Amino acid sequence: MQWETVIGLEVHVQLATRSKIFSGASTAFGAEPNTQACAVDLGLPGVLPVLNEGAVAMAVQFGLGINAEIPEVSVFDRKNYFYPDLPKGYQTSQMYHPIVGPGEVEITLEDGDTKRIRVHHAHLEEDAGKSLHETFTGEMGQGMTGIDLNRAGTPLLEIVSEPDMRSAGEAVAYLRAIHAIVTYLGISDGNMAEGSMRCDVNVSVRPQGQEAFGTRAEIKNVNSFRFVERAIAFEVERQIELLEDGGKVVQETRLYDPDADETRSMRTKEEANDYRYFPCPDLLPVKLERDYVEHLRATLPELPAEKRARFQNELGLSAYDAGVLAASRPMADYFERVKEVCGDAKLAANWVQGELSGQLNRENLSIDDSPVSAEQLGELIRRVMDDTINGKAAKQVFQALWNGEGDSADEIIEAKGLKQVTDTGAIEGMIDQVISDSPKQVAQYREAAPDKRGKMIGYFVGQVMKASRGTANPQQVNQLLKEKLDG
Amino acid sequence: MHEKTLTELADGLAAGEFSSRELIESLLSRIKRLDGELNSFITVTGDQALAAATEADALRARGEAGPLAGLPIALKDIFCTRGVRTSCGSRMLDNFIAPYDATVVEKLSQAGLISLGKTNMDEFAMGSSNESSFYGPVKNPWDLNAVPGGSSGGSAAAVAAGLAPAALGTDTGGSIRQPAAFCGITGLKPTYGRVSRYGIIAYASSLDQAGPMAYTAEDCALLMNVIAGHDARDSTSVPRPVPDYRAELNAPLEGLKIGLPKEYFGDGLDSGVENAVREAIKVYESLGATIHEVSLPHTHLAIPAYYVIAPAEASSNLSRFDGVRFGHRCENPSDLIDLYKRSRAEGFGDEVKRRILMGTHTLSEGFFDAYYKKAQQVRRLIRQDFLDAFENVDVLMGPAAPTAAFDLGAQKDPVSMYLQDIYTIAINLAGIPGISAPVGLVDGRPTDGRPTDGRPTGLQILGPHFSEARLLNVAHQYQQATTWHRQRPAFAKETR
Repeated sequence: MQWETVIGLEVHVQLATRSKIFSGASTAFGAEPNTQACAVDLGLPGVLPVLNEGAVAMAVQFGLGINAEIPEVSVFDRKNYFYPDLPKGYQTSQMYHPIVGPGEVEITLEDGDTKRIRVHHAHLEEDAGKSLHETFTGEMGQGMTGIDLNRAGTPLLEIVSEPDMRSAGEAVAYLRAIHAIVTYLGISDGNMAEGSMRCDVNVSVRPQGQEAFGTRAEIKNVNSFRFVERAIAFEVERQIELLEDGGKVVQETRLYDPDADETRSMRTKEEANDYRYFPCPDLLPVKLERDYVEHLRATLPELPAEKRARFQNELGLSAYDAGVLAASRPMADYFERVKEVCGDAKLAANWVQGELSGQLNRENLSIDDSPVSAEQLGELIRRVMDDTINGKAAKQVFQALWNGEGDSADEIIEAKGLKQVTDTGAIEGMIDQVISDSPKQVAQYREAAPDKRGKMIGYFVGQVMKASRGTANPQQVNQLLKEKLDG
Repeated sequence: MHEKTLTELADGLAAGEFSSRELIESLLSRIKRLDGELNSFITVTGDQALAAATEADALRARGEAGPLAGLPIALKDIFCTRGVRTSCGSRMLDNFIAPYDATVVEKLSQAGLISLGKTNMDEFAMGSSNESSFYGPVKNPWDLNAVPGGSSGGSAAAVAAGLAPAALGTDTGGSIRQPAAFCGITGLKPTYGRVSRYGIIAYASSLDQAGPMAYTAEDCALLMNVIAGHDARDSTSVPRPVPDYRAELNAPLEGLKIGLPKEYFGDGLDSGVENAVREAIKVYESLGATIHEVSLPHTHLAIPAYYVIAPAEASSNLSRFDGVRFGHRCENPSDLIDLYKRSRAEGFGDEVKRRILMGTHTLSEGFFDAYYKKAQQVRRLIRQDFLDAFENVDVLMGPAAPTAAFDLGAQKDPVSMYLQDIYTIAINLAGIPGISAPVGLVDGRPTDGRPTDGRPTGLQILGPHFSEARLLNVAHQYQQATTWHRQRPAFAKETR
């Protein structure tokens, strides 16, 4: 039987506010346990939450970024359950009236096609703390669990998709698109390793052509693009095998274990909590004035989809190039700066995606850490365009800039004597020398049939370039050599 | 000194008739002598109070003291106080010392008022008799066999007994007004949102409101001037200017339209209480007010709606008391679930457990729509009843409680206890303000049949949202014309 995979994602994005969603405590990552938790985060008796306006603005920006409906009123609800790292015994979230209504996200598939994934809604909520199960030392430490509430109250935007994805690849593309949007908007650092972005994946399979969804399993807290792909791959295979063996998929929560590369059952639907949601009486409904929303809309930056379209339509880049360059804001910004300095979008795209990206990947650096600045690269490209250097020398210059051997392309060209020789007399001199040094090769060339000569001329070009230490203009060398050899 | 009102004490301090130190010392000594019997305080902060009094006297000597500097007050043990135990009447918080002051505590202290200590209360403010406190019941100073009312029973009893001239209470379903009526003092529940809830241990967040309890409406006005106002730390506090609550106290009542809700004078109302209330209303007529019968048709739904909404919120608010971070933790838990179960089983009393279970039930899947949602709809109807009534009358009047104080242990089943709040609860659901002022002494109908002509009863006056100044005016005018607010129980006499 042919099976179709159905995937929906719940992406949790940590918003980049300086303070928590309901308190003034800092949200900075990596502090000593419980040093960034105030009385409100600790859930001490008598304290009350006060909503952080920054978190609201960021959520609305996201909503506008995915062309979502922004309801005039949203309401915070309490989700009640007991857990040691949940200080109040409830999580303040939005169940019935989320801040962002239905919207959509465009993803680019591997073949370059695009597909729209519908977002059901996005809601604001607070994060819980963290249980530390490592061994505590000392007499009392045996078998104890520590609680770190630094994360408690960190603002999260939970983005819930419709079950519109049909493969692990689409799910990853969707996750990347969300990542790009939130980082473009600057509302999250998107750092998955630090937990700034993680997702729950709902996976089911159904016979190809069947309309009804199969029973789904939810894989909790997957925190990398790679793990999303692998968790889905494992889960799809597991479910298909199960069904083909005549079994049934049970609705349950599962955990992906990256070490074993498998998903494992956490709890079944029967054990699921009854969260007893009800509107939080400590917080007023959030009313968004139209003016406020329109003001936020006006300040939105250009987002990945628009940027990709502009790169394609206005700059004439290929769909692939446009997609890659627009996928991350730092990359797009870098490329645009290079393009501005050199004035040629295609060359800029080639260099950024070729030489620069290659080198960054080899050294495992992000674009923000590139030792070659966009200005430096733009200048370098300009020197290729105005024939100051040839392509080969340009690569040398790039490497020298990367290694910090000079501050600008010009400085390095000067220091290394890489200026292209375009003086016909000088080139002719070098050609004559090469011809007289290589009588055997000249004889062979002249005896060869004209259609074979094209390949043979490479030897002479190489010799001349060598003699010029790579600075001769290759086109001129080619042209003059032909004239002289063909006589 | 202990029979003086807060206003009189302020005048005495200003005139140099006595010092704050003398005043505080005398009250502390009364607490020491009398409170063993009364049990109105959970914690007395004598040393701190004396130090603050010395400081207040020094300020006054330098001419730097505000008008309320050096005046004593008692705080219900539901208000968080920095460095002082805040137990909320529960074993759960017997060891809890808050690291911060409630906003109202901060405001009182900025105004120079001095806390004598923390008063007894029903556990987590759940109760109408003060019998659910982990620290034992409070006795009513008018009759030591009687309850003081609840949940702010300790505050009411302490004032009535002359252990403190004023106190703060909280009122979720009548917890200021009913004990004020039972103890013969004046208590105001302000409009929801008028006084900050920050630092008040939450029972039912959408209903809780702090307010003053004192001998007179004038004193309540004095305290409202201190505690009312917007607080950025409480999102439900209303950003609306605070009037001078004393400014209108002497406005004449000529032409005041008083509505008498017929639902407040029906079955279950003790005839003694009814007579006292009707006598008080005659006084108002003599002051130029006109009387109009009105109807609040959804009154009978108030108690059922309250006992869905309040426990629902309480079940959630009390989840944080889990033995993990603060408060009571059981000995040697075997695992996490054991820690939760035993800490909560040991830490909470029966009434608290009952309401947590009710709230958990009504919020749970499959019951939410039938109970919680329905109760919220009823709540809107009740609120609308009041808004409709205030289209035609200025204030509403009725009894604060159906009977005078009952005997300790007399209300055996929870539901009959819940019915104690039949006239007070709707006000919290509607969010409007209400004041209770003493209007007589009646027969408490004790369980053993003794005659008890001497238990106080209260008149409840209700007004539209943010009409506190008017309510205080209406109560004050009555107190200018009568002396019920001047009556003190024998227990409070100086000879004790």
